Amino acid sequence: MVAKRIIPCLDVKDGRTVKGVNFVDLRDVGDAVELGQYYARSGADELVYLDISASKEGRATFTRLVERISDGINIPFTVGGGISSLEDAARLLDAGADKISINSAAIANSALIDQIAARYGSQFVVVAIDARQGEDGIWRVTTHGGSRSTDKELFAWASEAQSRGAGEILFTSMNHDGTRSGYPCDTFARLAEELHIPIIASGGAGSVEDIAQVLTAGRADAALAASIFHFGEITVGELKSELKKLDICVR
Amino acid sequence: MIAIVDYKMGNLRSVENALRRLGAEFIVTADAEQIRKADKVLLPGVGNAAEAMENLRAAGLVEVIRSLRRPVLGICVGMQVMCRHSEEGDVDCLGIFDARVKRFVPSADEKVPHMGWNSIGNLETKLFKDVRGGEMVYFVHSFYPELCPDTIATTRHGVMFSAALKYENFYGTQFHPEKSGDVGERIIANFLKL
Repeated sequence: MVAKRIIPCLDVKDGRTVKGVNFVDLRDVGDAVELGQYYARSGADELVYLDISASKEGRATFTRLVERISDGINIPFTVGGGISSLEDAARLLDAGADKISINSAAIANSALIDQIAARYGSQFVVVAIDARQGEDGIWRVTTHGGSRSTDKELFAWASEAQSRGAGEILFTSMNHDGTRSGYPCDTFARLAEELHIPIIASGGAGSVEDIAQVLTAGRADAALAASIFHFGEITVGELKSELKKLDICVR
Repeated sequence: MIAIVDYKMGNLRSVENALRRLGAEFIVTADAEQIRKADKVLLPGVGNAAEAMENLRAAGLVEVIRSLRRPVLGICVGMQVMCRHSEEGDVDCLGIFDARVKRFVPSADEKVPHMGWNSIGNLETKLFKDVRGGEMVYFVHSFYPELCPDTIATTRHGVMFSAALKYENFYGTQFHPEKSGDVGERIIANFLKL
């Protein structure tokens, strides 16, 4: 049986990781490669690096960083942030990324999913979806960190992304992101019901129990988390032994 | 010297990095002479099996690969093209391993692509020296080689399939040892010692 994956997410700005992490006994906690190696050693199944640099120089720095990550890490990693063209995808593939994650660009130009998948394979394309459930119960896809609404509905967009060639869906509920109150498991379960590609749950984890819930009741294939790892509340290894106790298949 | 065959099937960087971490010397090449002269040959590959066969043919490497007598390791699509036939593009492959490559049928519990860490069992040959049955390695694929007499490792994803194959000097892994952490590095190191 394929194991449920635990994926730490690292935000990178101008080539340096940002956020907490001062608990980790590393020479340089801002070094994305060292931090990634630390997570890999502690049992992370994959890593996600998100480039949050706004500038062109930041992007170039990020590409060089992706090369260093590829040189130094022996588990798969995904890169995301600011990918808006086939050329961006090609540049990151050449730098050694195993997958890229696209979000706003896929909404603005959905043919981008087809193009990248046709060229480099579905396994290379993660489509990230941020959505917010309105009072009418409808999940509307948002962009720009949830600040802008689109006319797309979550389930329809996820199915479209799959049929266009996405290899995985990374779904974040903007109702839950940052609240640490758990995931909308029924929504994840419905996504799993409607799609045949793997689903990564993101945003909302406050406890081991939350993660266990989304991997079982929510039927998610993987859980992505940032703050619970970065702030040292729990290590990846500790989380996985807890999940194992709950009979969840992890590596 | 180890030759990594460059036939335009995806990025070779992670395979190069894995060899580099193990301190092995290698060249990346599509040159028939260099491939024939190499002590070991690695045939990586990500993407589509039909395209991979086409690229091998275009590079004039079909007979070169078949006639190699030193250890060869195919990875993922690089292994699939060493099988008899692939349903991906309905293409006849090199026919080194006596297996057909089939498409996974998705079900409620088995997503396609089969992506992530899964356990390998029924391990045979020196390729898996010091690797315990049940250890997990990283897979990403939608097509799988069926079980056959050449099977030297198995994995279950809905169906039981060949996670690794061997015929004479030819080896193949459906998983990515170069992305499978320390276990993967051990498997590559074992191949280098063959």
